[in-house]
Amino acid sequence: MRSDLLHNKDFLAGLLMLAIGGIGFYMALDYPFGTTQRMGPGYFPRVLALILMVFGVYVLFRGLKVAERVKGVWGWRALACITAALIVFGWTMDRLGFIPALVAMFFVSAYAGHEFRWKEVVILTALMVPFAIGVFIYALGLPYPLMVGFGGY
Amino acid sequence: MDMFNNLIFGFTVALSLQNLAYCFLGVFVGTLIGVLPGIGPLVTIAMLLPLTFNLPPVPALIMLAGIYYGSQYGGSTTAILVNLPGETASVVTCLDGYQMARQGRAGPALAIAAVASFFAGCVGTLLIALFGPPLAEWALKFGAPEYFSLMLMGLVSAAVLAHGDMVKSLAMVVLGLLIGIVGTDVNSGMARYSFGVPELTDGIGFSVVAVGLFAVAEIVSNLESKDQREVFTSKIKNLMPTLEDLKRSAGPIMRGTAIGAFFGALPGTGPSISAFSTYMVEKKVAKDSSRFGKGAIEGVAGPEASNNAAAQTAFIPTLTLGIPGSATMALMLGALTIQGIAPGPQVMTSKPDLFWGLIASMWIGNALLVVMNLPLVGLWVQLLKIPYRWLFPCIIMFCAVGNYSLNNSPVDVYMCALLGVLGYTLAKLECEPAPLILGYVLGPLMEENLRRALLISRGDPTVFFTRPISLSFMILTAFIMFIMIAPAVRKKKEEAYTSG
Repeated sequence: MRSDLLHNKDFLAGLLMLAIGGIGFYMALDYPFGTTQRMGPGYFPRVLALILMVFGVYVLFRGLKVAERVKGVWGWRALACITAALIVFGWTMDRLGFIPALVAMFFVSAYAGHEFRWKEVVILTALMVPFAIGVFIYALGLPYPLMVGFGGY
Repeated sequence: MDMFNNLIFGFTVALSLQNLAYCFLGVFVGTLIGVLPGIGPLVTIAMLLPLTFNLPPVPALIMLAGIYYGSQYGGSTTAILVNLPGETASVVTCLDGYQMARQGRAGPALAIAAVASFFAGCVGTLLIALFGPPLAEWALKFGAPEYFSLMLMGLVSAAVLAHGDMVKSLAMVVLGLLIGIVGTDVNSGMARYSFGVPELTDGIGFSVVAVGLFAVAEIVSNLESKDQREVFTSKIKNLMPTLEDLKRSAGPIMRGTAIGAFFGALPGTGPSISAFSTYMVEKKVAKDSSRFGKGAIEGVAGPEASNNAAAQTAFIPTLTLGIPGSATMALMLGALTIQGIAPGPQVMTSKPDLFWGLIASMWIGNALLVVMNLPLVGLWVQLLKIPYRWLFPCIIMFCAVGNYSLNNSPVDVYMCALLGVLGYTLAKLECEPAPLILGYVLGPLMEENLRRALLISRGDPTVFFTRPISLSFMILTAFIMFIMIAPAVRKKKEEAYTSG
């Protein structure tokens, strides 16, 4: 029964809406509500969060009734790698500079694919890094150090 | 006549060397990326958006518009050659286009798609020039209640008519509105939903949301399953359609243009529904409907004309009312806002060079598409062979650098990653992200107008129903909801989206 719910498309969607709506409502309690004539900053968010929760309840119960499974498989690995690639890029960019950030990003994100071929990833990185430098640093003039500690800015 | 003077003015703007260059660049890059399998117009615009931020408004918008219809056309090429629709609108093109390619008639299919798009694009451009100004003039009379009702109508019809489940789409609009709230409240100066992160008090950047929800989520979806595609490359020899082909296509192109122009101009509906409806109409009027789905050229010409006409006329509500009709238009609107231009009816009078220049450049862009694409088909075909495992890291690169460059801060990149997780989860649970982005773009405006309307009326909510224009928007909203709830209509919509 429980594992069924974990694959139930509408149940999960409803749960997600309820959760976001709930958090949204709870947080908006800190903002003054005001009156309908003079709305405070809490008015609109609270109303919206409430509506979202109502939709959530409806979708959740519909899911319990119809019980459609989520189609296909979840691409957890791809999701994790792509997310990690973005985070690694942001983190490295601030500390080591443009080139190391790009190289790290390419390697981590390439890991999201079905096959990771070292040679191909090396070649792709070697081609795209100069391209990116050309487009972003030279053509668009973004002021980023190419590599911290190795000249540049 | 006034319209012609305005159009001539537009052409002088658009034909300046700088703008022409950006138009060409946009169309070229748009097609180049749109052709790549698995990358639709939305992703293309989302990932290239940050590149235009450093440009002045007119070239930026011209380039973005070029990217838009370039990628749309590129998407049709992919649909015909690989049977891979980049977005819902080109699903229909796949049906007969791919069959034509399998029969060795990829050339004529591509050529007719280009011709149909060009014709529809021309008509669409004229319609904008014709209907834009009076509509904007009318909209200048709108007060806060009218705007609120209009936005409500746009959002509801976008959710209801869009692909997918109605209730979930409405919920996505609400979620989008909530995401739009993140940031500092203009009236009270209070930071809302900022989670104590100083960067979030400025709100979540528009391109962060677009890239996260569309690009990142779409890449992950594409990586779920192994990509299998069969490219019909060797078979493009004869580009020219036969006389018979042209004769068969003329009617569908006309009808497709008309249907597309109509749907495109409605707030909330875009190219997909028009392409699907056109296909259904063509199937009905055809003498021998059994040919459809087996490589009928009418099945390519009609929907292609239709989605292009809709793509053009979608600019009417976007530019004159500030209400985007589709997710793509929401991106254009967002770009406008980033350029510091408040979208709305005043754009036409306060920025005539932008409005008319953009319109003229649309025509030029459409002409460029025909001139450029037919000879370049060979190059596009080569691009189709690039395996996805090389492409997606490059897309991620554009997304990462683009978002970093917004504020020169990694926070935007982290936010983008987070929204990517949300976007992918929503996609898996079959919650459409398109209504979400519409809600996100309109959210702040909607709150502002709601507040203002109720302040004027001293808190009396009937203000939305006592003013005639506002009332008619409200009635229309209710009407759209009711007919879509009716089981018969709902079935028709599902039919339109599935069987085509």
